[in-house]
Amino acid sequence: MRKTLAFALFFCALALPARTAKKAASDDSLFKKKLSKDAQVIHALDRLTFGPRPGDVEEVRKIGVRKWIELQLHPERIKENPELERKLAPLQSLRMTQAQTLAAYPSPELVRAVALGLQKPPEDPIARAQLERMLRRFEVKKGTDQSAPLEPRVPLADLLTREQIRTLRGGTPSEKTQLLASIPEDKIDDVIVALPPELRGQLMPLASPVVRRKLLLANQPQQLVFYDLAEAKLYRAILSNRQLEEELVDFWYNHFNVYIDKGADRFLVPSYERDVIRPHVLGKFRDLLEATANSPAMMFYLDNWQSVAPDRAPNGRRSRRGLNENYARELMELHTLGVDGGYTQKDVTEVARCFTGWTIRAPGAGGEFFYNDRLHDKGEKVVLGVTIPAGGGKEDGEKVLDILANHPATARFISKELAQRFVADNPPAELIDRMSKTFLRTHGDLRELMRTMLESKEFFSAGAYRAKVKTPLEMIVASIRATGAQVDYAFPLAQRIGQLGEPLYRKVEPTGYSNANAEWVSSASLLGRMNFALALAQNRLPGVKVDAERFASDPVETARLLLFTDPSPATRDAIEKAMANQKTKDPKAAIPALAAALALGSPDFQRK
Amino acid sequence: MAMFGVGSTPAWLSRALYAQDTPGPRKKILVAIFQRGAVDGLNVVVPHGEQRYYDLRPTIAVPRPDGTPDSAIDLDGFFGLHPSLKSLKPIYDSGHLAIVHAAGSPDPTRSHFDAQDYMESGTPGRKATPDGWLNRALPQEPRESPVRAVSFTADLPRSLRGRNDAVAIANLSDFQVRDAAGALSFEEMYAGAIDKVLNGTGRETFDAVKLMQSIQKQPYTPANGASYPGGRLGNSLRQIAQLIKADVGLEVAFTDVAGWDTHVNEVGAKASVGQLPNLLANFGDTLAAFYRDLGDRMADVIVVTMSEFGRTARENGNRGTDHGHANVMFVFGGGVKGGKVYGDWPGMAEEQLYEGRDLNLTTDFRDVLGELVARHMGNRQLASVFPGYAEPRFRGLLGA
Repeated sequence: MRKTLAFALFFCALALPARTAKKAASDDSLFKKKLSKDAQVIHALDRLTFGPRPGDVEEVRKIGVRKWIELQLHPERIKENPELERKLAPLQSLRMTQAQTLAAYPSPELVRAVALGLQKPPEDPIARAQLERMLRRFEVKKGTDQSAPLEPRVPLADLLTREQIRTLRGGTPSEKTQLLASIPEDKIDDVIVALPPELRGQLMPLASPVVRRKLLLANQPQQLVFYDLAEAKLYRAILSNRQLEEELVDFWYNHFNVYIDKGADRFLVPSYERDVIRPHVLGKFRDLLEATANSPAMMFYLDNWQSVAPDRAPNGRRSRRGLNENYARELMELHTLGVDGGYTQKDVTEVARCFTGWTIRAPGAGGEFFYNDRLHDKGEKVVLGVTIPAGGGKEDGEKVLDILANHPATARFISKELAQRFVADNPPAELIDRMSKTFLRTHGDLRELMRTMLESKEFFSAGAYRAKVKTPLEMIVASIRATGAQVDYAFPLAQRIGQLGEPLYRKVEPTGYSNANAEWVSSASLLGRMNFALALAQNRLPGVKVDAERFASDPVETARLLLFTDPSPATRDAIEKAMANQKTKDPKAAIPALAAALALGSPDFQRK
Repeated sequence: MAMFGVGSTPAWLSRALYAQDTPGPRKKILVAIFQRGAVDGLNVVVPHGEQRYYDLRPTIAVPRPDGTPDSAIDLDGFFGLHPSLKSLKPIYDSGHLAIVHAAGSPDPTRSHFDAQDYMESGTPGRKATPDGWLNRALPQEPRESPVRAVSFTADLPRSLRGRNDAVAIANLSDFQVRDAAGALSFEEMYAGAIDKVLNGTGRETFDAVKLMQSIQKQPYTPANGASYPGGRLGNSLRQIAQLIKADVGLEVAFTDVAGWDTHVNEVGAKASVGQLPNLLANFGDTLAAFYRDLGDRMADVIVVTMSEFGRTARENGNRGTDHGHANVMFVFGGGVKGGKVYGDWPGMAEEQLYEGRDLNLTTDFRDVLGELVARHMGNRQLASVFPGYAEPRFRGLLGA
């Protein structure tokens, strides 16, 4: 795999005069070669957004690349797209606290809490009906209730006419959509509860966003939080005017990765992304680090919540709980110093001791982070040569964060990760040196760090130009943006992204996804990209509409519109040949759609 | 990802596409099946010679072998198969099925998520391992097949992630460009691309697509009258058999089967009915169908099963079992010295149980997998397959 990275570096010759392949040592010279003004605009849009939309190139040219970058570094100065706000409005769990999320959606935790009388059932009638079902199942399983499953409170026949029921079952898609839209608001909840589950599933793509969410709540309530998150992530990537901020939320979530399907993290992740990651992506690294260390999502994911000083097992009873080193290790290896950052196994244990007592409340009690002094190891610790005196409390862990956040190894590690994501897989050492200096000089000011990188000659060099492969998320969102497609149902796109190898919020390992190209280049993934391009351009995706009128009648011009530059010779030839074949076979064939699909699935479009 | 030389056709492909009469040396194949949810090993391979087993499980134990369909099927006078696994008994008797009891991961976690992750990464206790054991198990060889590592799952599992190309395919028929004109153009486009990375992978992709199409020209009929039961596991193993017989360079295959988390009503009124018995019947019948279908080809193939941890020795208050520790693994196929239950039996007395509640561990799962990787697949670099566990203690599961 390593050897292929070298190929990636000289690929960037695509839009430049042909070069003969030389040894890898000469590749650094490409980072000294400056891009033309036009290429700079494309490059900035490719790297700092989820792909240009029609009109973006002209706009950035008008503002000037450097001024535009400065604006993106200050998202608060950019007016947000009102369409985005409309799309996010129905996704209620995005705005809830953890405790509200837990109380609102039927989950195994909630079933238990309600069964034990610790919590009231949810207010929402659909959620309440689902919870009642789950409670019943819970009781049946426990053998405490042998009665038949619940019947819907109001039968469907009392809510809709026979004609309406027939339409819901067997009508055309547009008839179903119209009928769903015609059901009054005060009746829709009862209708949804009364529908059989398969029918609910079939109606999801045809319903309005609000009703669709209700249908999901009725069928898979435990999926709803993930649904809201995934839809929001896609709508933001597609529509937000603050594109760099969204790229950075993606980068830092991945850096401090949490896996949503690990138990309680199912309802902890919304707040994690919203309150822990998002506010700090252009702030101070130390604040971001502390926010993650104080987050129940991370403490649960990396098990620190159950890490206890060995002699401090609760109530003195024999406990299998003790010191858990997971968080301490990943904190140094993945979050700060990097694997070669110069720490030892002894440091891991000492850091773990410092973080004993950083735990979370029971899910029934809101699942919030709290520091429990009774579980804390009070002894003296030595971390990376610094003595942390005995008798400390929560400040032991805070001191560790201070040491790590200001460590030169951290400065290098973070700089390199960012440069790998935004510049090239093997960024030049000189750039990393300059970025590390900025990091140390500004005490980890992430906006300054980004500025050093984005103003560097390396960023605007031939070595960086088209040197990266789009991630699945970027490929799919860039296709939507380039075609100007209307999206009214983003969730199926999230499933597609998962099939291409990047399930959103579902990277199991704390490493997150690699920032290197090799992560994304495999047969199955490439095939998935081509099939997605075809499905999008041919309007076969549920809830996504492409206006074929936007495509030019000339296929090569269509490719140019979507690639924002000239197609490579092989891509152009293949498109022209395909068009000629189509014309002889069927003069009325949907030529612009096929040309668009070929452009979006081409090697050219996979690069950025 | 492999880099093919321009214009040359790899041997595995020409063999598959043009049906050459001179087959290359057959590769050894390892098939791994993960039972997600923690199967109750004590009710799968029953220690019927252990009185404590019956003391601890008054309502859900499998009765001692008495020849009826609701009692254990005796294996060696001490262990017996669950009656729903009766189709595995002939394989055991023929000496091709080995069982390893009290095996599993030494990590104490009882979290499904963590334990599966540790078992699939092959590094218990270490979360940041970026890849999976089965991917690392592939020998490093140039010009390998693009379908040398296949998972019959929706997403690529942890076990198969890593530097060697591996594909997840739910169904062989899905592996294609769904538009004939588009497929042709994409192939030309990628073949002509000067982008070396995408050019190389593009070629591999279309080679693999052709391969899958050639395999599916005729509908697949299992051999020797084998009949796969319905369900996802049967579908997966039938397609794995299809790939193996097509000689397309498959080396490792993976699939999983869920539903083993039996906290409540594990068995019904009799040992042969209920939740676990139903799952086991499908599981055993599927494995037996695969064995039968492959016939002589089984000589090159070994199947191994695993599950993240076992379940409590004691039954709980809901006629179920909770998360435990050691478990049972099945190994069957060519070269396996079967007809035997391997592993040291730790006993089930109070002080013999792990933390006073679970079956203790006497065989690390890496001892089993390591032996298969080294002696079946011929990859002796175990230090890189199982980092931090360089010298597994082989149990002698494979013949000389």
